[in-house]
Amino acid sequence: MSTATTPVHTAPDGGRPHGPEGSGGRVSGGLFDPRQLVTSLPDAFRKLDPRIMAKSPVMFVVEIGSVLTTGLALLDPGDWFGWAITAWLWLTVVFANLAEAVAEGRGKAQADTLRKAKTDTVARRLTGSTEERVPGTELRIGDLAVCEAGDIIPGDGDVVEGVASVDESAITGESAPVIRESGGDRSAVTGGTKVLSDRIVIKITTRPGETFIDRMINLVEGAARQKTPNEIALNILLASLTIVFLLAVVTLQPFAIHAGAEQTMIVLTALLVCLIPTTIGALLSAIGIAGMDRLVQRNVLAMSGRAVEAAGDVSTLLLDKTGTITLGNRQAAEFVPVTGVSEAELADAAQLSSLADETPEGRSIVVLAKERYGLRARDEGELSHAEFVPFTAQTRMSGVDVDGTTVRKGAAGAIVAWVGRRGGEVSSDAQEKVDAISAAGGTPLLVAIEDTDGPRVLGVIHLKDVVKEGMRERFDELRRMGIKTVMITGDNPLTAKAIADEAGVDDFLAEATPEDKMALIKREQAGGKLVAMTGDGTNDAPALAQADVGVAMNTGTSAAKEAGNMVDLDSNPTKLIEIVEIGKQLLITRGALTTFSIANDVAKYFAIIPAMFGAVAGYEGLDTLNIMRLASAESAILAAVIFNALIIVALVPLALKGVRYRPMSADRMLRRNLGLYGLGGLIAPFIGIKLIDLLISLIPGIG
Amino acid sequence: MSPELAGVLQLAALIGALALVYRPLGDYMAAVYSSEKHLRPEKWIYRCIGANPSSQMRWPAYLRGVLAFSLVGVLFLYLLQRVQGSLPLSLGFTAISPDQAFNTAASFVANTNWQSYSGEQSMGHVVQTAGLAVQNFVSAAVGMAVAVALVRGFARSRTGELGNFWADLVRGVVRVLLPLSVIGALVLVACGAIQNFAGIHEVGQLTGGSRQMNGGAVASQEVIKELGTNGGGYFNANSAHPFENPSGFTNLFEIFLILVIPFALTRTFGRLVGNLRQGYAILAAMGVIWLGFTALMMWTEFHHGGAALQEAGGAMEGKEQRFGVGASAIFATSTTLTSTGAVDSFHSSFTGFGGGLALLGMMLGEIAPGGVGSGLYGMLIMAIIAVFIAGLMVGRTPEYLGKKIGSREIKLAACYILITPTLVLGFTAVSMVLATPPDSILNTAGDSVNGSGAHGFSEVLYAFTSGANNNGSAFAGLNANTQWYNTTIGLAMLLGRFLPMVFVLALAGSLAEQKPVPETAGTLRTEKPLFAGLLVGAILIITGLTYFPALALGPMAEGLS
Repeated sequence: MSTATTPVHTAPDGGRPHGPEGSGGRVSGGLFDPRQLVTSLPDAFRKLDPRIMAKSPVMFVVEIGSVLTTGLALLDPGDWFGWAITAWLWLTVVFANLAEAVAEGRGKAQADTLRKAKTDTVARRLTGSTEERVPGTELRIGDLAVCEAGDIIPGDGDVVEGVASVDESAITGESAPVIRESGGDRSAVTGGTKVLSDRIVIKITTRPGETFIDRMINLVEGAARQKTPNEIALNILLASLTIVFLLAVVTLQPFAIHAGAEQTMIVLTALLVCLIPTTIGALLSAIGIAGMDRLVQRNVLAMSGRAVEAAGDVSTLLLDKTGTITLGNRQAAEFVPVTGVSEAELADAAQLSSLADETPEGRSIVVLAKERYGLRARDEGELSHAEFVPFTAQTRMSGVDVDGTTVRKGAAGAIVAWVGRRGGEVSSDAQEKVDAISAAGGTPLLVAIEDTDGPRVLGVIHLKDVVKEGMRERFDELRRMGIKTVMITGDNPLTAKAIADEAGVDDFLAEATPEDKMALIKREQAGGKLVAMTGDGTNDAPALAQADVGVAMNTGTSAAKEAGNMVDLDSNPTKLIEIVEIGKQLLITRGALTTFSIANDVAKYFAIIPAMFGAVAGYEGLDTLNIMRLASAESAILAAVIFNALIIVALVPLALKGVRYRPMSADRMLRRNLGLYGLGGLIAPFIGIKLIDLLISLIPGIG
Repeated sequence: MSPELAGVLQLAALIGALALVYRPLGDYMAAVYSSEKHLRPEKWIYRCIGANPSSQMRWPAYLRGVLAFSLVGVLFLYLLQRVQGSLPLSLGFTAISPDQAFNTAASFVANTNWQSYSGEQSMGHVVQTAGLAVQNFVSAAVGMAVAVALVRGFARSRTGELGNFWADLVRGVVRVLLPLSVIGALVLVACGAIQNFAGIHEVGQLTGGSRQMNGGAVASQEVIKELGTNGGGYFNANSAHPFENPSGFTNLFEIFLILVIPFALTRTFGRLVGNLRQGYAILAAMGVIWLGFTALMMWTEFHHGGAALQEAGGAMEGKEQRFGVGASAIFATSTTLTSTGAVDSFHSSFTGFGGGLALLGMMLGEIAPGGVGSGLYGMLIMAIIAVFIAGLMVGRTPEYLGKKIGSREIKLAACYILITPTLVLGFTAVSMVLATPPDSILNTAGDSVNGSGAHGFSEVLYAFTSGANNNGSAFAGLNANTQWYNTTIGLAMLLGRFLPMVFVLALAGSLAEQKPVPETAGTLRTEKPLFAGLLVGAILIITGLTYFPALALGPMAEGLS
């Protein structure tokens, strides 16, 4: 998919860079390409259909106004002013449609590549032990299908037999194959992906037409888009503002007649269109589509817009420890020698014993020895006569025998037993150090040696979970945004607390069972909080369904993917934080443009009211309101209408990218956005209208 | 002492007095509305009207109580006026005409006290005291009850129950309005306001001839006229009449009475929602608007250009010598920013901008600090709108006092803010279009080119603004005692009073059913100055945008000429 989508960009200011495991070269939160405006133009005209326009009450009013002025202009074809207003009113409507079309267009490109993946596949349906070839669309829930290397998987399902490597790049954009196997949490396969090796039997779990790819296509195209709760509420507010301004303009005519200054319908229509909140009305649906799109760009599929909005409201994040907060594996953090042994001596022995240990823990010991004590890994030659003892589950230790010296490292119990068997003794000092490390939440590994001095323990290696870089800052940010983080782990409370403290999460749930998770979510929700979590296993499914925002990992089971309301194709649990930010950004963009739109009206009044009445006998005082000193009545009204139309186009990139968002407290954010969009919205049109008026007045015969 | 300094000192004294009673009165009212006990006289009343004051009402029941009680009030007051000729102590006045009786009944039940009659020439003691003065108490108590119901909607959760209308109504009268009125009336009487049931006296005048002087229970009606933000004067001259408002001190005292309950209710609100600072934020928004308007009003009245006006130390036409420009300006803003409508000077004679400020004050929806009760609920509705926009800008579903502002809440708040502009602009427009209503504009000399001109238009606009916002003050110069104006202003008053209450109570019911959202660092802090400022800005911009064209053709055209 990544190959066929819009040019690859990284967000310039659309948000933070991607998480630590970032999604590589995928399209990110959307730069705006002016060419899209041109390519989407036909769609924008198609949307002039009143049945489509009626969905946006504000723009529908503008369209009715445009029809009205067109009629009036036709009745008086010699009136250049009527034609100019008419043209710009139609442009206002087209610009609004254009914004929506551009937003949708970005999704369409992705949908097209997805459709390619959904080519009609032939399925090898298994009935009993007989295999028959049927079109993929004929598979029903519960059918079994066989796939071998080179086959396209015919539908969504779970692997019930076998193990295979699968190329899922069609949906994830990730080219490295993944392993899918029966049982466990990696059993789900997606229709349209390709089996690269081996043979698996799949049990179909979705009806044709409702598969994951089908839903993805619907989502990115915006076909399944429903208005979200806040969008509905905002629409109501905008509709009521439209009614207020309709009232103000309709009643103005009798007042004007009383003043002896009857207005033409064209001027009144122009005033109405300038006053009603067209800026936000035009961009509202584009903002919504672009918000969903920003998630898609980050490889997250939200099953509903409601979930995206809920993400902005989340006040508790449940994060799995492993993979989200810590790196997947424990690493050596420290060498603790027993009394009488130097650290360097211990480090040397530890390194020696780990040279052939290919586990991540073993490698981390070698790295620590090199970084902390400058011990370089010895060459093969130096140790050609060494005999390495690999780690086994039975011995629970590994080591090396070289030049009559035997070095072993391993779990405390195993090493103590080993030393004991060889007639040595383990000092109480070593035992104390082991206990201390355990108590601090770490994992102790004992290092023992047997040489001319006999068998003895040299010291302890302190293994611990390593918190990913930058996580503490992230959690601090979340705290400032008012979001509480809870770490979920299967570790014992002691270990959990140590990691929780180090990572800076607010709370933790240790020795967590799925039931515990569920209880925690319900407890938080009972207090009115919205909870977000990630999960992949079948036993996560109930909790994912219960959470307000449940992000299922694409690697997970189909039960988990069904239960959550988002799927992360990258299976990167850290992305939950980005999802929350996108949700917030969506709401902020709406609020900011609403504020901007309303604030704009002040300047338009100052342009249009003096133009209407400034020259009327007895009302000359109103010309004082013409503080912009616009050239003529016609140019003033036209300038306001043109500004009103152009500001829509000017704000399309902002609507699509979303306003700049950085985590900060509500107070600071409000101050910033009020200053930018409230105050800016007051001032900008004064400047814009003046400039447009200057240009218009240069046209001969107008100024 | 210069008149300017005197005005500023009076303003300072007023603010000091209000600050002094803010806490005790606000806390006392909170206690009154949350008390479990019923006083003995209250129990008698409950027995009489057959109400169970301990039962809890959901919003439809509460609304039915409000509407039924008010309907009975309108009918009773209408009948009382229609049979006046047969009543004792009627001073020889006969029945009021049907359209004027309807207008007056609507006016007093809607807490507006628009008067198309002139008290001393048409209303006897019984109608004044048993009819009008009683409605002055109960219509104010109804407003306070609805405000308390809305506050309960914020304070309660997972219930639809908003309290008991009858208990709230009776308590408002018995425990709040009556005791304060007794104290207030004593002060007024001590300072020279009259209180008797005397007839009409013929009094000889220095310049020869004679004039009629009415007696009456003036002080007792005067005090509730201000305290309940009613505004209907015993005499046509209202608070400019020396029997109602004898001195500079009583003038200041009456302004104090107008403002004291609406401001103190913000404390009651803070108490009842369990967060005093939320109440202070609302108080701050109200206070800033009130003080700003007062300062502008004083400025424009003192410094209006023109040699004659400068010589008089400001625009003195239509103002009482004993009050002066400063106190008149404070009274004018206080009476139009609350839904009072009492006047101690004639708004029609104010400068163009001064008249515009009085108009704009009412157009804000009577919320700064507004009518008793209605000011608080009106301001809370604006707070909901402001929270909605600001809430989106901090990236969360907007919430106010722990309650989510979703589409249902926005729908109800939007309906609320649509009502008065529709009534004001709609009725004014129709009045300008029809053939005869413009004839009521008496002030046709203003502009030879355009007939009645901007000022005449302002008079009509003012009348409907005053009616629909339940203010009751008038821009003199409009003959409102015609069938058209009696009927339309009567309708504007009733619809402008009770339709908003429908939406307020529905909103209260919807809020009370919600479960509260806990506050986090991501929550918009509605008790901070930033939000209070945003609220003020939202109110001014939304009102300004709605009425800009109308204001431009009225007071602005006049003020800028």
